[in-house]
This record gives sequence, C-alpha cells and structure tokens, in this order.
Amino acid sequence: MAGRRRPRANMRLRFRRDRSLVLMALPAIVLLGVFAYIPMLGNVVAFQDYSPYVGVRSSPFVGFDNFARVMADPDFWHAVQNTLVITAFQLVFFFPVPIALALLLNSLISPRLRAAVQAVVYLPHFFSWVLVVSVFQQIFGGAGLLNQSLRAQGWQAVDIMTNPDTFLFLLTSQAVWKDAGWGIIVFLAALSAIDPAQYEAAAVDGAGRWKRMWHITLPGLRSVIVLLLILRLGDSLTVGFEQMILQRDAVGAEASEVLDTFVYYTGVQNGDWSYGAAAGLIKGLVSLALILAANKLAHIFGESGVYSK
Amino acid sequence: MSTLTGTPRGSKDVPPPLRQRRPKPERPVWDEELGPLAKAGKILVLAVVVLAVVGPLYTIVLTSISSQSTITRAGGLVLIPGEITFAAYQQILSGGVVTRAVLVSVGVTATGTAISMVVSVLCAYGLSRPGSFAHTPILFTLLITMFFSAGIIPAYLLVSGLGLINSYWALILPTCISVFNIIILRGFFMGIDRGILDSARIDGASEWRTLTHIVLPMSKAVTAVIALFYGVGYWNAFFNAVLYINDSAKNPLQVVLRSYVLQGVSVPGQVDVGTGAAAGPALQMAVIVLATVPILIVYPFVQKHFTKGVMIGAVKG
Repeated sequence: MAGRRRPRANMRLRFRRDRSLVLMALPAIVLLGVFAYIPMLGNVVAFQDYSPYVGVRSSPFVGFDNFARVMADPDFWHAVQNTLVITAFQLVFFFPVPIALALLLNSLISPRLRAAVQAVVYLPHFFSWVLVVSVFQQIFGGAGLLNQSLRAQGWQAVDIMTNPDTFLFLLTSQAVWKDAGWGIIVFLAALSAIDPAQYEAAAVDGAGRWKRMWHITLPGLRSVIVLLLILRLGDSLTVGFEQMILQRDAVGAEASEVLDTFVYYTGVQNGDWSYGAAAGLIKGLVSLALILAANKLAHIFGESGVYSK
Repeated sequence: MSTLTGTPRGSKDVPPPLRQRRPKPERPVWDEELGPLAKAGKILVLAVVVLAVVGPLYTIVLTSISSQSTITRAGGLVLIPGEITFAAYQQILSGGVVTRAVLVSVGVTATGTAISMVVSVLCAYGLSRPGSFAHTPILFTLLITMFFSAGIIPAYLLVSGLGLINSYWALILPTCISVFNIIILRGFFMGIDRGILDSARIDGASEWRTLTHIVLPMSKAVTAVIALFYGVGYWNAFFNAVLYINDSAKNPLQVVLRSYVLQGVSVPGQVDVGTGAAAGPALQMAVIVLATVPILIVYPFVQKHFTKGVMIGAVKG
C-alpha cells in the first residue's frame, strides 16, 4: 500500500512545484487541441455521406465507400502521379543547389562578403508565393521583361508561364529562387563544424583542392545530406500547394493537379466534402507512414532522424 | 569573432588608431591561390546569384516609381531610371481596395504575431525543464501534430463550425502556433545556464518573474527571429484567406496582389477614361512593393541571428 501511495504523493508534490510551468504550456495545448486534434476527429466525414445541412453528427455513415470511389478515380491517380513526378524532379534539380551554394559561400575568404551574400540569398525565403509568382510573371510572362526585349530584338516571344510542358522547370526554378538560399543554412553550419586541422593535414600530405573537397568536406556534410534527403522522401506527397493554386489557371489542371489541390477542388470547391476528406485522409496516412519509414531509414544509416530511438 | 587571431590591439610604440579595424583574415598558407580562370568563374557565379535576387526587385521598385512615359519607352519594366514619380503609390493608398487590404494585413499580422509570441514563449518556457510535471506527455502532444495533420477538409469544417468564416480570427487562430518555432525557443531556453535560474529561484523569483526578468532579456535575438517567422507567416498568408474569407472587403494584401497582378483585374483608379490604362504596370508594381516592404524593413535587423536561432533549435530539438 505504501508503495502505491508514495508516487501519488510525489506526483502531487511535483505538480505543486511545477504548476506554473504547466499553466504556461496550457494555452498552446488548448489551441492545438482545437485546431489540430479536433480536425483529426473531424476526419470521420470521410466515412460519412456528409451534408453541410445536417452536420457531422447526423450525416449517415457509409463505411469505406468514399475510399473505394477515390481509389477507382483516375483523376486521383493522376494527381498522385503528378505529385511524385514533381517531387522526384525537385529532388534531382533542387536538392543539390543549396549544397553547391554552401560550398561556394564557404570558400569565400572575406567574412564581410560572405555575410553580405548570405543576407541576399536568404531574403526570397520570406516572400509569399503570390509575390514569387508575380515576380516571375513580370519577368517571364507574355508581356514580361524577357518577351518585351525578345520582341524588341525582333525575335519570337517564348511562352514560359503558361506552357504545361515546361511547367516542371518553371516550378523548380521558382522553388530554387525562393528557398535555395535558405536551404544552405544547415549545410553552412555543418561546414563550419569541420575541423580546419583536417584540411591542413591533408594539404601537407599533398591533397589538392578537389581531393580535400572529396575526402574531407563531403564526408563532413554526409550526415546532413542523408538526413535532409530522407526527410524530403518522407515529405514526398507534399509539393507547393499555394504555388500550384496560383498557377493552375495559367497552365491548366492537367499539369498542376497535385494531391493537395485535388483534395481542395473536389472537397471545398465542388462541395463533395466526404470524397475530399477521404482523399485527404489517404494522403495524411501515407505521409505519416513515409515519415516514420524515413526516420527508420535514418536510424539504419546511423543518423538521429527527427526523433531519436 | 573571438577566434580570430590577429595582432594585439595597440602595441606599446604605436598609438592605437581611432577606429579599430578587424584584422583581415588570411588565406591559410597551405591553401593555394585560385587560378585566374577559376577566380573569374567564382566571381561570375556569385554575381549571377546575387543579381538573380536583387535584379527583379530593383526593376520592380524602379518601375513602381517611374512615370508613364518612362515605362512606355522601356516597354513594361524599367531598367534605367528616368522620370521619377510617386503617383502610383498616391493612387493606391488614397483609399479603396488596396488601402483596405494593407490595413487588414497589418492588423492581422500585428495581432497574430503578438498572440503567437505570447503563447509560444510561455509554452516553450513551460517545457524547458525535462523532468517537470507532465513534461513528456505535453511535449508528445505537441510533436504528434508535426507528423500528422488532419487535412484541409476537416480544418475547413471546424473553422466554419466555429462560425469563423469571414472573420479575421480565421486568419489568425488556425495557424497561430507553430510547433517548430516552439521547439526552437525551447532549445534556446534549455541552453540557458541552470545556475542563473537556480539563483533566481533562491532569491524568491517565481517562474513568471524568472521568465520575464531573466530569461527573456537573455534571449532577445532568438525571440526576434521567431517573431519574424510568425510575422512573415501572417503577412504572407494567402490560402487561408482564399479558404475562409469570402467577403472581398476583408481580403488581405496577398489576395489583392493575386487578383491585380496574376489575374489581371484592373487596379481601382487605373482605368480613368481620360488617361487610359498606361499607368497599369506602375500600379501593379506598387502593389508588389507594398507586399514586400515590411519584410525588407524588418529583415536587416533580424537577419544576422538566423543561423544561430535556427541551428540551436535543430540541434537540441
């Protein structure tokens, strides 16, 4: 009996000691409870034939009908395909850019120049997608700077902003413009953690610039690269939602429909709430599985992953 | 900075110069100088990178303050400054849709950032002491939301169920907490020397007092970075507005920016019959500049702390 009472008394004591700490965390928990956890429960509409007129409580349950419909929908699979293609493309053409930029910045001797360039390349990360797309529109659009000067030279104007065939390149270059600079932060930190003595020793042993990069710098970055690569894989069902919505009118749904936009247009726009919720739930669950798998992979590679153990 | 090995400040014989310059860092002796070609290549790449960011902003700002004739001569966007006029700004800021959108965005950003900061700082401090009461379950409750999000449809149903459609609160409350930001703050708070906190406790300070009088003054840099992250989030919020705001009078600036620049809706006041639509580009650019200016104003003050702030959270999270 005494053994059972002690921890409880201990708990009460600890609560009395820490109650202000708990109280401090409370507002955040309440907000998350309302705006993150209640919507998780709200996913029951995926199993219902939801009608906004009768509400979540009295809409009839239909089991897995909505999921069956989603799975049989070629548009859904088209969105899945687009999503995965865009992710794969960005993995090849976006992912290495911050690494290259970080190596370049790291090779600058003057700290003042380095800080200045850093300040400039971080900046676009803080622009909204509307702004980024607007800027691209002004430069590359039909009436934009590029085409104006092409026409002024008597050349044919090029169609960049509204061409579904080159949409992948457009998307990726927008992402590079906006976020490549920001992406270098982690790599720069990893680079600064490399002991300069290693370079010196290698140089004394006769290793040239490229040899040093290959045998010291890149191994030093390895763990960060692996970690970020795995995280990106875990996140592969998510690609720039706002970016797509903003350019969908210009390039058409065929090229720009991804999973998130599919959910938005079927659910919110067409009012087929349960259908959209089912598609969204599939995406959420697969994403969760991917993230957990990615973490597992990180642990196998000996990295700590997002969470440990 | 402290790692720099330079000459000691002012040796005996020479009087110290009035302005101390930091010694120029030297290339390590073993690191051979780049060849001229490689050097030129490096400079070229750097210049391209910097120009790619600065160039568009430069021409957009310049166009927004150029006169109609200058814009027409340049064929859209101005690269070489000509006649300067602030007419476009006067026009869009003298009442009407854009002015209202600016006010909405400023209001939402200010209110939202204040709420987010209070809630996040409190929560981060509350969770900064592992082993405190219910520490692990609370932390877990937070972290789970980083791995699984409910999706757009249930979120929309909740917001409409709460009666927040067409309310500015719909732009604030659903995105008011970022668990990632809390983790960054918590990481920083955890790094503060225990001894300082313990001595405050011994002197009789409550947790609240410790937070406001000791911890916060010590963490100005990281709180500034987090406030910028939140502020930028609210300022840039676009999709939530599209989703939750149907009343066009309540649209924030990003939504207005889309309709005027991307969808080509004419800016109010643009189509006076007399002057024609030639001032269109200047007006559009002025809206773009308005959407950028607050970020450009705050950015320089906070920018230098990014690396520290972001990395601390990442390392200890």
